[in-house]
Amino acid sequence: MVGGKGMKSSKTLTSIRLSDIVIMLIVGVAMIVCLVPFLHIIAISLSSKQEIMSDRVTIFPRGFDWHAYEIVFQDARMLWSMGLTIVLTVTFTAISMLMSIFAAYPLNKENLKGRSFFMMLIVFTMFFSGGLIPEYLLVKQLGLLDNLFSLILPGMISAFNLIILRTFFSTIPASLEESAHLDGSSHIGTLIRIVLPLSMPVLATLSLFYAVSRWNGFMDALFYITNSELYPIQLKLYQVVMNSMVTDLTAQEGAAQMDIIPEGIKAASIMFATAPILIVYPWLQRYFVSGIMIGAVKG
Amino acid sequence: MEHSSTTASSATTSANKPQVVKRRPATGIWKDYQLYFLLILPIAYFIVFKYVPMYGAAIAFQDYSIFKGVTGSEWIGFENFRELFAMSQFYEVVRNTLLLNLLDLVFSFPAPIILALLLNELRVMWFKKTAQTLLYLPHFISWIIIGGLVYQMFSNNGGLVNNVITSLGFHSIPFLTEKNHWLLVYLGTGIWQSAGWGTIIYLAALTGINKELYEAAEVDGAGRLKKMWHITLPGIRSTIVVMLIMQLGHIMTIGFERPFVMGNDLVKDYSEVISTFVYKAGLQSAQFSLATAMGLFQALVGLVFVIVSNAIAKRLGEQGIW
Repeated sequence: MVGGKGMKSSKTLTSIRLSDIVIMLIVGVAMIVCLVPFLHIIAISLSSKQEIMSDRVTIFPRGFDWHAYEIVFQDARMLWSMGLTIVLTVTFTAISMLMSIFAAYPLNKENLKGRSFFMMLIVFTMFFSGGLIPEYLLVKQLGLLDNLFSLILPGMISAFNLIILRTFFSTIPASLEESAHLDGSSHIGTLIRIVLPLSMPVLATLSLFYAVSRWNGFMDALFYITNSELYPIQLKLYQVVMNSMVTDLTAQEGAAQMDIIPEGIKAASIMFATAPILIVYPWLQRYFVSGIMIGAVKG
Repeated sequence: MEHSSTTASSATTSANKPQVVKRRPATGIWKDYQLYFLLILPIAYFIVFKYVPMYGAAIAFQDYSIFKGVTGSEWIGFENFRELFAMSQFYEVVRNTLLLNLLDLVFSFPAPIILALLLNELRVMWFKKTAQTLLYLPHFISWIIIGGLVYQMFSNNGGLVNNVITSLGFHSIPFLTEKNHWLLVYLGTGIWQSAGWGTIIYLAALTGINKELYEAAEVDGAGRLKKMWHITLPGIRSTIVVMLIMQLGHIMTIGFERPFVMGNDLVKDYSEVISTFVYKAGLQSAQFSLATAMGLFQALVGLVFVIVSNAIAKRLGEQGIW
């Protein structure tokens, strides 16, 4: 990829052919399809009630109005959920990364006795699981229902991420580690001083994967959390927004118009919960492309 | 996966190994105690949170009582499975799971391949980068939010698409409330969410293709489509096969969040799948044993699918996933 870049861009200047334009048009349509739902919901969240009710809002706000965001930001429970989810995501990501490193580093050592047994133990869980109910009963028996650790511990290590990390470690020249060992460095010392500093792109990538999965996940929260004070943002959003949408959808025409949350507020809530991702995403994007490439090619 | 990565790492280390082995005294397992120390917590995690639930799945063969636990509950053999197989709902959710996954396989599977081929042909670098940034984005959006977006786009009253359709003078289309239309939206949403992200693995494979092949083809006067067909596609064939095996292997397995968020009562003939059934039977009506039996059935059939499709790939001379 890196090698091809310079070559390709120098070609650009010389010849843009018709086929280039056709391809750009097709990809352009795909880009627009990706973007339109976001633009539409942003437009709704910023439009006035009357304009939304009369179905005239497309991808530009009409009758510009901040009101919906004011209401969302005054909703203490929404803010609480958001704060909780940020703390939860950071904690989860830190623990997950630590655990993944702890597992991937030894498992990359070819001389480690029992290595293939441990790998089998881990890989098997990618293809077979006890199922939702036994997992639920386990969490219940551990006394973790209505406890935020139920959203951290059961999904702490992703076998898939672990394998990507191990594959990355295997690309670090063994001679580097060996010379550190000869200088008297311990395994853990080598890991901290040599291996980890060389692994920054893949560490950033996997942190992003873990963080996004925790930020977006709601299935476990739906199963394990009943106390609404402990709702992460996605579950909160589900209760507030989706429920009323589905009721709205399945109710007879005009029948259920009483509990309805205004469209603008639903849209603003959705944007509120998406904003952190949209803000972080462009920053981390450049890391994960290189990070996942390495994992994908070798794995 | 396991196999190919070990060969890759052994290839990189073998060059400098001999002289190292000579100098290093062989002190056995004790030399590596720190490595085992690091492994303790991760292995404990897999045992407690992955293998204990596998043992817990034994309640599929019990008349499970939450008070007596796995050890105290009465064993009733295959009674739960008999009950399950007698339910008409069982066949419905299995059919729907297979239906939704097969549709995904036919329509969503080729999407990232086509998109990757197109992205690979883009020669204006800023355009390519912007395209990738935008196309990857939906992968990072939660299903709850996607559910909200879908509703805002496709609902009968006030959805953007129907607004456009009615303003053009046509009747509005019941995208979310009529089951066949709902299938289309379900399918399209899946493509929207995953096609862009799915290109990464193919783009990575594309970088491995020898550039000289293209140059040689150009000398022979091959056009763009010809090069795509005869060089690019064969170049990523093994990646396509591996991805296909993975997806075939998961044909009985369906995530919970997508059908749960997108489904509603009016389309439940299609939207009730194994995972939502397990949730409703197990957690909402506390039929733990029955729901576990369903989950175990799915896991076992899924495992067979993975093994069989891997074997087929190997028979066809491909690498397979292990």
